[in-house]
Amino acid sequence: MQSFTYERAASAEQAAAAVAERPDAKFISGGTNLLDLMKLEIERPAHLVDISRLPLDRIEETAAGGLRVGAQVRNSDLAADPRVRSRYPMLTQALLAGASGQIRNKASTSGNLLQRTRCPYFYDRNMPCNKREQGSGCAALQGFNRMHAVLGASQACIAVHPSDMAVAMAGLDARIETISPGGGTRTIPIGDLHRLPEATPHVETVLDHGEMIAAVTLPPPPPGRQVYRKVRDRASYAFALVSVAAVVEKSGDRIQSARIAMGGVAAKPWRATEAERTLAGAAASDGAFTDAAEAALAEAVGYGGNDFKIPLAKRTMRHTLAAAAESA
Amino acid sequence: MTETKTSNRPRETRSGIIGRPFDRIDGPLKVRGDATYAYENTLEGTAFGYILGAAVAKGRIAEIDTAEAERAPAVLLVMTHRNAPAQPDFGPAVTPTVPEVFTRARPALNSERVRYYDEPVALIVAETFEAARAAAGLIKVRYDEEPGLYDLSGHVADAYAPKRTNAGFETDSVIGDFESAFAAAPVKVDATYRTPFEHHNPMEPHATLAAWSGNELTIHTSAQTLANFRAGVASTLRIPPERVRIISPFIGGGFGSKLIAHADTILAALAAKVLQRPVKIALTRQQMFANAGHRAEMIQQVRLSTGTDGRLTGIAHDVWSATSSFEEYCEQTAVFARSLYAAPNRVTRHRLVPLDINRGEWMRSPGEAPGMLAFECAMDELAERLGLDPIELRIRNEPAQDPERGVPFSTRNLVACMEEGARRFGWQRRNPTPGRAREGRKLIGYGMAAAIRPNYIGAATARVAIDRDGRVTARLDMTDIGTGTYTILTQIAADSLGVPISSVKVELGDSRFPRTAGSGGSWGAASAGSALHNACNALRERILQAARSSEASPLRGAGATEASFADGEVRLGQRSASLTDLVRRIAPDGFEAEGSVAAGAATPSYKAYSQHSYGAHFAEVAVDCDTGEIRMRRMLAVMGAGRILNPKTARSQIIGGMTWGIGAALMEQTVLDRRYGHFVNHDLAEYHVPINGDVPEMEVVFLEEHDDKANPFGAKGIGELGVCGAGAAVANAIYNATGVRVRDFPITLDKLLPALPVIAI
Repeated sequence: MQSFTYERAASAEQAAAAVAERPDAKFISGGTNLLDLMKLEIERPAHLVDISRLPLDRIEETAAGGLRVGAQVRNSDLAADPRVRSRYPMLTQALLAGASGQIRNKASTSGNLLQRTRCPYFYDRNMPCNKREQGSGCAALQGFNRMHAVLGASQACIAVHPSDMAVAMAGLDARIETISPGGGTRTIPIGDLHRLPEATPHVETVLDHGEMIAAVTLPPPPPGRQVYRKVRDRASYAFALVSVAAVVEKSGDRIQSARIAMGGVAAKPWRATEAERTLAGAAASDGAFTDAAEAALAEAVGYGGNDFKIPLAKRTMRHTLAAAAESA
Repeated sequence: MTETKTSNRPRETRSGIIGRPFDRIDGPLKVRGDATYAYENTLEGTAFGYILGAAVAKGRIAEIDTAEAERAPAVLLVMTHRNAPAQPDFGPAVTPTVPEVFTRARPALNSERVRYYDEPVALIVAETFEAARAAAGLIKVRYDEEPGLYDLSGHVADAYAPKRTNAGFETDSVIGDFESAFAAAPVKVDATYRTPFEHHNPMEPHATLAAWSGNELTIHTSAQTLANFRAGVASTLRIPPERVRIISPFIGGGFGSKLIAHADTILAALAAKVLQRPVKIALTRQQMFANAGHRAEMIQQVRLSTGTDGRLTGIAHDVWSATSSFEEYCEQTAVFARSLYAAPNRVTRHRLVPLDINRGEWMRSPGEAPGMLAFECAMDELAERLGLDPIELRIRNEPAQDPERGVPFSTRNLVACMEEGARRFGWQRRNPTPGRAREGRKLIGYGMAAAIRPNYIGAATARVAIDRDGRVTARLDMTDIGTGTYTILTQIAADSLGVPISSVKVELGDSRFPRTAGSGGSWGAASAGSALHNACNALRERILQAARSSEASPLRGAGATEASFADGEVRLGQRSASLTDLVRRIAPDGFEAEGSVAAGAATPSYKAYSQHSYGAHFAEVAVDCDTGEIRMRRMLAVMGAGRILNPKTARSQIIGGMTWGIGAALMEQTVLDRRYGHFVNHDLAEYHVPINGDVPEMEVVFLEEHDDKANPFGAKGIGELGVCGAGAAVANAIYNATGVRVRDFPITLDKLLPALPVIAI
């Protein structure tokens, strides 16, 4: 870990300005990911702006009937909020499926969205990694890539985004509110926040340097039953092999609408829009769920060690849709 | 505990203290944070070291630029192969004798050669840990990289036969004519299993605080076996062992990875000498993967043949294991198979493929852990082929005596363990046809496996003293690696001297104390316990002698009548006296005595009997029919392991072992990158071990047993028994649940998935 200077931000605007004025500055909140990366010198910020104490830690009702989640709401608090539990149960399920109790107590909402991949080659400075060092190559492509992406990857990078929370939020059409150094704000649909790797895997989001996430807004809960299903190698504290967030709205035996997002398959929470289209108006049946799963993974490509994720994601989606459609 | 037949006589304890489930003596200290672990020690002027590891797995350091690091704030020393104090060369890959494996020099930073990925290439010492670590990032190294060998399976054809296995076992054993028996057999299994690299990952990392006082070196570290550790340090530093003191009172887990000194110890000692200041170094979790040993990757072929009656006519267990190109380590993976089942024709063989990696080290249940994982699955496969219950198959092949040594067993309750386990587990509910038991969308399976583990005893000495206040102090260089050694030794001393455990203080973990065999090979209780027992007997004799003869003694003239020490009293015939009062009157300075025990291999009873502990493992798993996720439901172990000194610490040992079985069966695997030669998943986020959510309800049952051939207590080693076969029981349960036999460990869901049927929703 390299030495760095540290300041505690007094306000959101001031925090954004403080980071913006130095290219080597970064925001820090819970630090559950950034500190690890700094110890290994994968991240080497010379200045940290601590935003964890900013008054962005409230969950408020919106006029539209949704919830506005402050960027500094801790993962544990968000999961436990009675409004979240009753109206967005799959968000609670996703949060509780992620990390460990200790980490959830520290980790912030915005930090969770912006956490970096756990690709082991990214974590080892001696290994080629285009995300860490542009142009050095991707060691995972021909290497140990069991955990890696099957959708939206490129020859430059096949890393996945590790968040569970973001997958549920993608299924709920969450919107990200940011604040910029000048005090300007903008709202970004969660599906547009993260970028696919293409040739520039080191650029992971559309945020500008110094642009800070202030809140995540959840629209009113979509009709239908919500289910988050995470598949992992052990029962606790493991990143998803694949996960599926599904909301299925039924009318009689037919599916009115469905919203589906997948985790563990891409560099961003992956909205399965083709599968959603397939399901709309279809009879709620094993066949329809299977077709939807096929549609969701139609473009999937494996890289050897992660080939299994394609059938696994299909199987997981099929039974998750069935669970969401049950008594929906 | 349950009453079952015993093969030899149970023995009454003197006081009833032995065999009771006492809480850990050191428990409150640990809970309060008052147990000081190696890295928590600090001496006046301590400096902090940080190791920089090699970025390549094979080659030489062409250039190393330390200038910037040396100029960095608070940096005191940057040590590389160019300026490190002279040390002996590493020497040959194989030591002439087994003990030298533990005592040989293990130099660090003594060569420009890089032998494995992350091998230390520099040590940075600074006023703070943070300054040292930051400076490490400023060192620039250029390597001349050389192509290395990192692939076991591609080089099996080049494997060689070592001269011996770990612990000095014969590399091969051949009895009868296996190949002919196998060829002629009506029923057979020929199955090849793969087990991966695994890492110990004790909670406490390898850490050392070293300080010199003149020519005397004191090392606070985390070590399992102090005498060997000391000898290894001394030969590396080229000083007499007497000048090295090792202090290691508390160890946060070792599992075999703390039997020898690693780079933290050697470099702390060297840097402390150069700087004339105490130096403290810990390996980081990531560094532990390359620098603190591992269990090697293996390929095992198990061939079994029977007649239609299910009686084995042949057993062959062939093992190909990775080893290091510069130091040989051959895990004794097939050795247990020499004693487990009867068969007239038998072969066990060990072969090695040298790779450019660090040496393998002893990892919990070396031999049985990977060996039984494979072999006991093959037995399950054979049972199915025969249409026999797996327990019945094992009963039919129960030997009357050790099948290869031809000597009787001291005790062997394997069949009783299996039968008792079957009854308790509800084994009769198991559907022998796999893939048939379903609860909702979960496939349910039952599996079992046998456990066997040799009983060792190592040479040990203990010193015990009693003072005028009746306080008993026992000292020995034994260690407590979290197993409960403090507690059982306290019980042994209290029992022998007839005093309450509150009167006994056991001091361990200092190489100034009498030498023991340390913690390893499940022999700690037997070795250190027997030595302490003998020391207490010697102390009793001393006290009695003085009590009979001393003028101040209330028991003077009691003669050679029967003596007893119980309830704080000494009884001689009809007369008795308080032990404390007696000592105070006859020996104001108290008494002291030593006792010893010889290494088991040197004793007649070891030669005349086959000594093992046994057990039976049972497991129930649930496999998600959609995702293939495997979750444990419950486990049971029934153990026949001699007399149990403390059922509570013993149970903890066994459930810890069973948890290792879950890890080996389901998740533990370090991936060696065949291009770069590094362990890819070198942290605890990516190297999965079972944690609370993965460990089901576990039941442990000890059969009443006393092995009077083993040691004065009739106890046998249990530390590693819980691992042996546990993973195979899990694997067999997965097969029973799914009908899919995965022979490539660990059994992760991706290996099950292709063969899992799609079940209608």
